[in-house]
Amino acid sequence: MKTIYLDYAATTSVDELVLEKMLPFFTEKYGNPSSLHSVGREAKLAISQARETIAKHFNCLPREIIFTGSGTESDNLAIIGVAMANRHKGKHIITTKIEHHAVLYACSYLEQNGFEITYLPVNKDGIVDPKDVRAAISEQTVLVSVIFANNEIGTIQPIKEIAAICNSSKVLMHTDACQAAGAFILDVRDLGVDLLTINGSKIYGPKGVGALFVREGVKVSPMLYGGTQEFSRRAGTENIPGIVGMAEALHLVQSEREDENARLIKMRDRLIKELLTLIPKSRLNGHPTQRLPNNINMSFLDVEGESIILHLDAKGVCVSTGSACTSTDLEASHVLLALGLPDELAHGSVRLTLGKYTTESDIEYVIKILPEVISRLREMSPLCSKVEDYAGLFERL
Amino acid sequence: MNKEDVKTKNNEAWVYSDVVKEHFFNPRNVLKTEEEYEADGVGVVGSPSCGDVMKVWIKVDPHTKKIIECKWKTFGCASAVASTSILSVMVTENGGMLLDDAYKLRSKDILDRLGGLPENKIHCSVLGDRALRAAIDDYRNRHAI
Repeated sequence: MKTIYLDYAATTSVDELVLEKMLPFFTEKYGNPSSLHSVGREAKLAISQARETIAKHFNCLPREIIFTGSGTESDNLAIIGVAMANRHKGKHIITTKIEHHAVLYACSYLEQNGFEITYLPVNKDGIVDPKDVRAAISEQTVLVSVIFANNEIGTIQPIKEIAAICNSSKVLMHTDACQAAGAFILDVRDLGVDLLTINGSKIYGPKGVGALFVREGVKVSPMLYGGTQEFSRRAGTENIPGIVGMAEALHLVQSEREDENARLIKMRDRLIKELLTLIPKSRLNGHPTQRLPNNINMSFLDVEGESIILHLDAKGVCVSTGSACTSTDLEASHVLLALGLPDELAHGSVRLTLGKYTTESDIEYVIKILPEVISRLREMSPLCSKVEDYAGLFERL
Repeated sequence: MNKEDVKTKNNEAWVYSDVVKEHFFNPRNVLKTEEEYEADGVGVVGSPSCGDVMKVWIKVDPHTKKIIECKWKTFGCASAVASTSILSVMVTENGGMLLDDAYKLRSKDILDRLGGLPENKIHCSVLGDRALRAAIDDYRNRHAI
């Protein structure tokens, strides 16, 4: 049976071209960039080139890029690093209710250590109102962190507007752009952000590597102590194959961006339209158009997400859910709840994220089997909820 | 997969025993048409917001006091579906279980038959025996036993 992978937001495979660039750095070019000899210098050169590649796409200086071990580490360094380095200025941070856990839990760590955190709400489509950011800024505010594109519902935030507000208030602005890195131009000057996170594993690059843009002059306390790597902001021998791979991956996704976005949007919108038509009591979660080209998140009344996933998996289709039943803490998706969805709609949610290997025939297969799975599960469900009981949540596109 | 595997991998939500998988993909005794079914006792537990609802219908032989049919519907994850399915088999196999014995069934008995569940899923099987007891209570109330 063919596997149809529709979980690209979880992770992607490594592009063959990326892997090709990485391989020499495991064997023949194995040097430690901190070594002065030729083998070390070869590795150092590779990092410099990777840094330049990323800097070119970010429209920033190479020294404004710090390599880390993951998107999570970049987020942690941005949030905790800025908070610690600037705590004499103030101890207030603003973020949103729909951040990735890497931001949310970094914030709650700070909360336990004397910082005050404001978690901004989102509207029913999952969009942050820049006016709320302005209203939340106080004299104590040092940092605002808003996710560029949400990993669950794919909504795109007005990052530029929010950054402009932060800049005029002399507050630092961070955005987690892990999900957005393949779909948007990441010009940090144009965006106006002070810090920006990406990682390798969402853009057909390797896992275990991330990068953080830190605008020159922004103070960030390190999280790891040791050597002077990464301008003394991230100690530890660099992951050269990972760094080389991430830079190549970013370069590839950025050069294919426009064509790929158009292709994905066409498939995404077809799938959304067909599923909403074919499956009664279904809804699209997140904004209909202001969303990632590859993201579909839907809820189905009277069925539970894990059951949907397992049935789809048995038919070769890999997707994910915001249901509590698949999380180890047994809590439903904080993102879906922030949209104002009741728990049962979060339990009955499915996320399908498309990618560069997704084809029209994959979409057709999902259109055929997903309605069958939902209908089969509804047959054995004791619930028979009515759309009318969920005022405003089921109006059609 | 045996029980030990499930125990040692209890943080991996997707590790289900073969019995769980079998009963999830091929559930036994699901009630298809609720409207036409005349049960002797009905029980329902759980809530949609918690992610699990189980409804159990039983038919009882008035002379032997054995459960002769046990039908069900479940909203929930694979563990919830599989534990209701296996429970319906347990109480009806070998000519049916005596009401008094069925009333004594606990989640551990269901877990044993399922070959275990991941630790964070054990509450799903707890609902199964509660739904059955609710159905038996309903039967007893109707028959003033």
